[in-house]
Amino acid sequence: MSSAPQKPSSQPLGHQLAAGTSTCAGCGALQGIRLVHDILDSKVFFVNAAGCMTLLSIYPFTPFAGAWLYTSMASAAAGGQGVRDALDIMLAGKRLPPQEDMQVVVLSGDGSAGGMGLSATSGAMDRNLDFIYLCYDNEGYGNTGYQLSAATPHGARTTTSTSGNPGYKKELFDIWTAHKPAYAATICGAEPGDLRKKVETLKGIKGPRLLLALSPCPTAWHFEPADTITLGKLAVACGLWPLKEYKEGRLVHTKVPKKTGRRPQVEEYLRLQGRYRHLFAPRRNDRVISEIQNRVDRYWEKVTDEG
Amino acid sequence: MKRTLLTGNGAAAWGARLACIDYLPAFPITPQTEIIETISSWIDQGLMACRMVSMDSEHSMITAAGAAAATGVRTFTATSSQGLLYGMEMLYAVAGWRVPLVLVNVSRALAAPVTLEPDHNDVLAARDSGFIQIHCATCQEVVDTMLLAYRLSEDKRLRLPVIVNLDGYYLSFTREPVTLPDPQLASRFVGPPTSRADQIQASHPTSLGIAVLGGSQYSYFRYEQHLAALAALEIYDDLGRDYGRLTGRSYSALACYRCHGADMVFVMIGSFATKGKDAVDQLRAMGLAVGLVRLRLVRPWPGVALATALADKKGVAVIDQNLSMGQGGILYQEVAAALYHRPDRPRVLCSYVGGLGGRDISLEDFRGMAEETLQAAASGRTPPPRLLYTEEDLAQMRAAQQVAAPDIDPGAETP
Repeated sequence: MSSAPQKPSSQPLGHQLAAGTSTCAGCGALQGIRLVHDILDSKVFFVNAAGCMTLLSIYPFTPFAGAWLYTSMASAAAGGQGVRDALDIMLAGKRLPPQEDMQVVVLSGDGSAGGMGLSATSGAMDRNLDFIYLCYDNEGYGNTGYQLSAATPHGARTTTSTSGNPGYKKELFDIWTAHKPAYAATICGAEPGDLRKKVETLKGIKGPRLLLALSPCPTAWHFEPADTITLGKLAVACGLWPLKEYKEGRLVHTKVPKKTGRRPQVEEYLRLQGRYRHLFAPRRNDRVISEIQNRVDRYWEKVTDEG
Repeated sequence: MKRTLLTGNGAAAWGARLACIDYLPAFPITPQTEIIETISSWIDQGLMACRMVSMDSEHSMITAAGAAAATGVRTFTATSSQGLLYGMEMLYAVAGWRVPLVLVNVSRALAAPVTLEPDHNDVLAARDSGFIQIHCATCQEVVDTMLLAYRLSEDKRLRLPVIVNLDGYYLSFTREPVTLPDPQLASRFVGPPTSRADQIQASHPTSLGIAVLGGSQYSYFRYEQHLAALAALEIYDDLGRDYGRLTGRSYSALACYRCHGADMVFVMIGSFATKGKDAVDQLRAMGLAVGLVRLRLVRPWPGVALATALADKKGVAVIDQNLSMGQGGILYQEVAAALYHRPDRPRVLCSYVGGLGGRDISLEDFRGMAEETLQAAASGRTPPPRLLYTEEDLAQMRAAQQVAAPDIDPGAETP
């Protein structure tokens, strides 16, 4: 055996994204990104918005086989515009052989995606930019220690909503579909089959394409890293995270949970997370728990009625 | 070569056209808008092979411009004032990516209060961003500087973005005779957009703007950027000389006017320096030995050349068309720093702030500054920094205050 130091394999276990990044143990965002990247293959130009995933590329390392551009918190989609346009100009001018082209993927957390990044993203949709927007939604400003964001759900405790969020999660998916994009889908790393189908579908479509990934965050949501998959599956099963797909102007739910009464109660999902502990101790807060449950039930009643 | 009448904005658009830009992300703002309108109409008429995209903000615009330039196309963009500040975060980022890019800023004073007319607080806010900063005084200079800026920006020793500055209204909307370089000559000088070998592609991926941990890596990259900017001093002068051989119009970091034999010299930037030149001629006719140094380069700062140009003068008056609240004129500080250690420095260095929000600097103003500076040189006593404002300015202001609040005696407010 050679005694020379071994370089870590750039694609362990056949993954596009190399191991050894500095994300937290049990990071649901990284799980989703890895699954998506594997299906997209290596020719990807990631344009990153400020967020947890900024720390994937730390000099002199990168876990990506493709290109990476860190832009800012507000303008990653505009960075995607510049990259896509430049590639198109070079392709049209035969300065770039077709096999050298890359898919442009904007990588953004929910804080950027639903807040200061909206203007740039909306603009990219207006212009029908051919890109994928991958939002890892951990429902708060995770990279700074979990503060309240527009995507924080009702009742969740963050470091800036210590008695629980009085507001409601902003519907980024609806904001996207109001723009009539080429494609939009919600996904979760804990549902790889559903995720795979969606990413395969989106690969065959041009234009603005959203992948909104629920990304359970052990550090911020306060649960054991081993429970990331459990949390993701439960969020889908209890109906809190609807898996859906928008294409050709139609909305389809790709995995409908069991009927009311037969599916898990949201309480099961909430109880596993420290960010909801104040709803159960020292006194149980039935008002908020049942409000969360009722909103989920109403959502699915409406889906069934319309379906 | 073709001689024609062009506004400053038209000249900037011609510069972009002659530089054969590939890409223009754009966003309108007065007084810059004519530049993007002009290029847009040329694209529609098939006169330019350029892709233009209307962005949602200057922040997005500068991001798209930097990202496209990083990927490998020759990119141009333009803004003014609030737009430059709205995109400020990205100026620093794009400079750190070390990508070639030319951005025209059409100077306009900053809110509040809101105004459309020029001063230099907008572009000087970008002073420390890492962009090279070149200031133009005439429409001819705008066209020529655009070509120089692309050469400079794409130079492998630099790889830095460039701001080309021209003053709103006074230059942006003033028609002047301009000799347009022959397109073939211009494109030979600038080189084809494909001359860069650093495009990002699937087989040659790059990571840009990535995080570093710790001050030693951070410092390394920042120092590299600084040293590259300093190198632009020599490269700019070389390019300016080459350009002169081709066109008869050469450029260097400083434009000195009647400095030879001058006892007193004005230091200025931008189009108001053309008023300064005229004043120099008239004051010379009155028997005052005055001259003018106009800085074309503000970043990198041509401190040595400036100190040499001002060596052994009796007095120097720096006219700042900007104001750092609680400090004074921004360029005054930099000029003082360039002179301090020189044994041949001028006897006195006087500070004047004027031309804010487009306020005129009149011949009388220039005469007052020249006389005061010469008296200070004779007495060895430097006057305090002056804010140019006349009785007539104040009378106009008082009349407006009477309309705004007739019941209040404005004189009583004055400290």
